[in-house]
Amino acid sequence: MTTYFTEDHEWISVDGDTGTVGITKYAAEQLGDVVFVEVPEAGASFGKGDDMAVVESVKAASDVYAPVGGEITEGNGDLADAPETVNEDPEGKGWFCKIKLADKGELDGLMDAAAYKAYCEGL
Amino acid sequence: MADPSTETLRRTPLYDVHVSHGGKMVPFAGYKMPVQFEGVKPEHLWTREHAGLFDVSHMGPCFLFLKEGLGEPGGHEKISAAIERLVPSNIAILKPGQGRLSVLLNEEGGILDDLIITRMPGIDGMLYIVVNGAVKAQDWALMQDKLSDVAMLQKADDRLLIALQGPQAEAVLSEHFPEAADLTFMRCAYLQKGDEKIMLSRSGYTGEDGYELLLPNNEYGLGLVDALLADDRVKPIGLGARDSLRLEAGLCLYGHDMDASRDPVEADLSWVIQKSRREQANFPGAERILKALADGPAEQRVGIQPLERAPAREGTEIHVNGEPVGMVTSGGFGPSVDRPIAMGYVRADLSAPGTKIDLMVRGKARAAEVCALPFVRTRYKR
Repeated sequence: MTTYFTEDHEWISVDGDTGTVGITKYAAEQLGDVVFVEVPEAGASFGKGDDMAVVESVKAASDVYAPVGGEITEGNGDLADAPETVNEDPEGKGWFCKIKLADKGELDGLMDAAAYKAYCEGL
Repeated sequence: MADPSTETLRRTPLYDVHVSHGGKMVPFAGYKMPVQFEGVKPEHLWTREHAGLFDVSHMGPCFLFLKEGLGEPGGHEKISAAIERLVPSNIAILKPGQGRLSVLLNEEGGILDDLIITRMPGIDGMLYIVVNGAVKAQDWALMQDKLSDVAMLQKADDRLLIALQGPQAEAVLSEHFPEAADLTFMRCAYLQKGDEKIMLSRSGYTGEDGYELLLPNNEYGLGLVDALLADDRVKPIGLGARDSLRLEAGLCLYGHDMDASRDPVEADLSWVIQKSRREQANFPGAERILKALADGPAEQRVGIQPLERAPAREGTEIHVNGEPVGMVTSGGFGPSVDRPIAMGYVRADLSAPGTKIDLMVRGKARAAEVCALPFVRTRYKR
């Protein structure tokens, strides 16, 4: 299983042709207290970079983009009643959805953990 | 409107203090202001439980005073008559040191700004007025244009204007100014400490007890801010929490919950128009406003309680039976009530608390109902 990162602070952890998607610890810290998450429903399809989910902090709503294209196989229903999970465990229990990758080649443009760390340090 | 990123942003005298306390600085009303320090939610909750210090130096404090007869008997009546040409409130009736909320009106009765007008204690013929930062230049130009026959305006936005808000504000501030404990809500004292002059008023915009202080922009003023921030009961609070605090308190934000297209009746601010002024009918837009008072407005500002967890932000359409009936003008999450909250305008026949409405959040209808304001019990010291 390999985890990739986007410049917009999403992560995708890929196992075979399925990826688990969420927002990074850096993003969660920048947002502050998350009060609402709207995750996509199973069956929905997205292209790479499409608005896929919404995360709301006390102050504002932020779009979450699909790191790769594909079809959603599962949304994390637990976030509806416990949005704070995104702050507590953004890269674990705070995952947003699972997506069946349309084209694994789209992973090539994403960062690995080391590159993403360097990217955040430069922000 | 100019792109704020290319405008030259001003800094308040407390800019360096904000940065040294970890403030995240953003453009606001032409200034670089702290949107948050440790986070909106903890800052909000701290203010409701302890005391929060807000820099509001971007706002527009000023003094309006008589060109002739300042300090003479009858001075207050004369300066009141002047400002009452622009506002629908009874200013003449104010006691020395007493302030009240009012609205600046255009000729059509639309709201140009909301403002606090205080009768200067100790000197007749002078008012202390605080207007909003984003519109202060036009407010002041209007006052100078319309009142120059009798009054002069002295701007004071080069000074420090801070607010200390929360249940511990009185205990904290009394250590510096014993006079603070004697004031009640919307009462103001003019203090002189050596050469330093301070306007101290028991007011604010959070729903909590607290104070606003106009301080000199010098070592004394900055030293007082440092001393307040060094107190364990006090933390610096950013604009984010200022917004969530005032929304929970049901207070309007100019440019959002009211603007020149709204009159005070539809903005649910009829209470700023005292009976004597209604009878005199001598304020700008009196015809429209008195008609709205008599017949009821077409739309009304109301509190909105979302019944689901999704916050509804400014600009969210309000529907009933699939038909648009209004708009959210402020909305978000209330950390103290621990749920989403909003306010906005709906058709007047839908303005009764308990009326079921739908909030169209990202294309989905989310259940909500009209509710009474405020969302939290206000704790002003009466």
